[in-house]
Amino acid sequence: MEMILSKNWNVPDQKKIDVAIKNGAYASLKKIFKMKREEVIEEVKNSGLRGRGGAGFATGLKWTFIPKENLSSGRQDKKPVYLINNLDESEPGTFKDRAIVEKDPHMMIEGMIIAAYAIGSHTAYIYIRGEYYKQWEIIEEALQEARKKGFLGKNILGSGFDLDIYQHRGAGAYICGEETALLSSLEGGRGYPRIKPPFPAIAGAWGCPTIVNNTETLANLPFILNEGAAAYKKFGTEKSPGTKLMSASGHINKPGVYEVEMGLPIRTFIEEHLGGVWKNHKLKAVVPGGSSFAPLTAEEAWATNLDFESCAAAGTSLGSGGFYVMDETTCMVRLLCFTSKFYAHESCGQCTPCREGTGWVDQVIKRIEKGHGRERDLQLLQDVCKNMMNGRTICVFADAAAMPVLGFLKKFGKEFEEHVKLGRCPHTVSLRGA
Amino acid sequence: MSFEFTKENLEKFEETLKRYPQKRAALLPALWLVQEQQGWISPESMETLAKLLGLTPAYIYETATFYTMYNMKPIGRHHIQVCNSVCCCLRGSEETVGYLKKKLEIEVGESTQDGRFHLSTVECLGSCGTAPMMQIDNDYHEDLTEEKIDQILEKLK
Repeated sequence: MEMILSKNWNVPDQKKIDVAIKNGAYASLKKIFKMKREEVIEEVKNSGLRGRGGAGFATGLKWTFIPKENLSSGRQDKKPVYLINNLDESEPGTFKDRAIVEKDPHMMIEGMIIAAYAIGSHTAYIYIRGEYYKQWEIIEEALQEARKKGFLGKNILGSGFDLDIYQHRGAGAYICGEETALLSSLEGGRGYPRIKPPFPAIAGAWGCPTIVNNTETLANLPFILNEGAAAYKKFGTEKSPGTKLMSASGHINKPGVYEVEMGLPIRTFIEEHLGGVWKNHKLKAVVPGGSSFAPLTAEEAWATNLDFESCAAAGTSLGSGGFYVMDETTCMVRLLCFTSKFYAHESCGQCTPCREGTGWVDQVIKRIEKGHGRERDLQLLQDVCKNMMNGRTICVFADAAAMPVLGFLKKFGKEFEEHVKLGRCPHTVSLRGA
Repeated sequence: MSFEFTKENLEKFEETLKRYPQKRAALLPALWLVQEQQGWISPESMETLAKLLGLTPAYIYETATFYTMYNMKPIGRHHIQVCNSVCCCLRGSEETVGYLKKKLEIEVGESTQDGRFHLSTVECLGSCGTAPMMQIDNDYHEDLTEEKIDQILEKLK
């Protein structure tokens, strides 16, 4: 079945606008400019599209949170509305938005035009992580091409609708993928998350109504507007319609970005798409949605599908689709060490439970891995994690740091106990294995 | 030593200002321009930016230090950043870091004596499927092997 996002990824020069147009890029614009904004929002609502950045929130619904007076035209005192494309992609295991940019950037830009039109925004920003320099260059060129063709700028295709898109480069901070931290960073400050409410739709960038959507979410829009919500819903499951870009890495034969229909069994994904676990090893565990979530044991993974509901029911999350696989040789304590190091490094430091909690969790796991762990450390880790979670901090970063720790302890607790008992790591090789 | 933007960079800076409703928002792009021009964010450059943006040098310092990619001191000509996050580790980044340390005879966070390379480990660069990998300056180098690392470093003077 032909997919939605990746259908032109193998076309040579798809990055160039003339090639992209031949393959249907920007076709949806003629259609949407004949529609009312509310109708565009309605179509997206009907499609059931859910945010692809991790939370899975309904995209169309999010758009309706923009205050009504901002949507109706003609009022003099209304504030500008901003659209932000969140291309800060930094969740360990996730590299899908990068693929969209490298293979079909115009699909993303077209999606931004649709979203901007729907929410009444005339200035949009792409918040791109600082490390994606080549991708920044690709987008700069694509934006320039789109401006030349009249898809951006004043009076787009004679519709009377104006839109400018600018890129804003981050500079190396995971937290800036959190939407309110992103706004702080866009405004020229430290990437500190803000207390919600007010939500960005009410008071976002510079205090104005703002919608932050993930890059993959935006890239889905051209299909939905071209083919209609019903055609979109033919893909995927009832509650998770559409496809999902999965970034696959770890101990597999064929790592890479794969577009799969929501609801695909993990077994099929690993065995058919990813060429199985490498070196003919057995599967030990899978993290399906990025490092912020609990792992699935092999047994659990075989009973779980790639959609929001199935992953949630299994006690993890489809998240951003950062799917990584661990084979039977993997030391789970060492693996968690690298995960916790990340969160200790990336905590923004605003809230005490997170700043202190991530640091202590990191230190305690490190000492267990090195063989200096104490028996009470396992309980200590759980206590620290529980004190970080569930609304004790401004944003959910602390939850994201705690969830994998609790998940690994619950499912692979024996390995942690073994490290403590032996006073050393029983594994002699690195995480790559022999 | 005082800092001034080159004519070309000053034009870029002024162009950037037009993109935002408030001047302060141009701070991150301005810091990028400084780093592009001289390789690091010097105290003098922060004073210059403070004047250009109507901010205090302290504000600029506190913002710049929040982000890991701004070099707050001069570093080697080529900045090698090896991703050492969990997914890269699963495919051998621990070995990559070890090899680079041995080859360059430096520890992570140090520059070679000739000032040619600076070695860092960083968190996820979004290249998990092509691990192990490193970023040198603006370029990604992926699916690394020891031979490949030798070839890449050889070309950088």
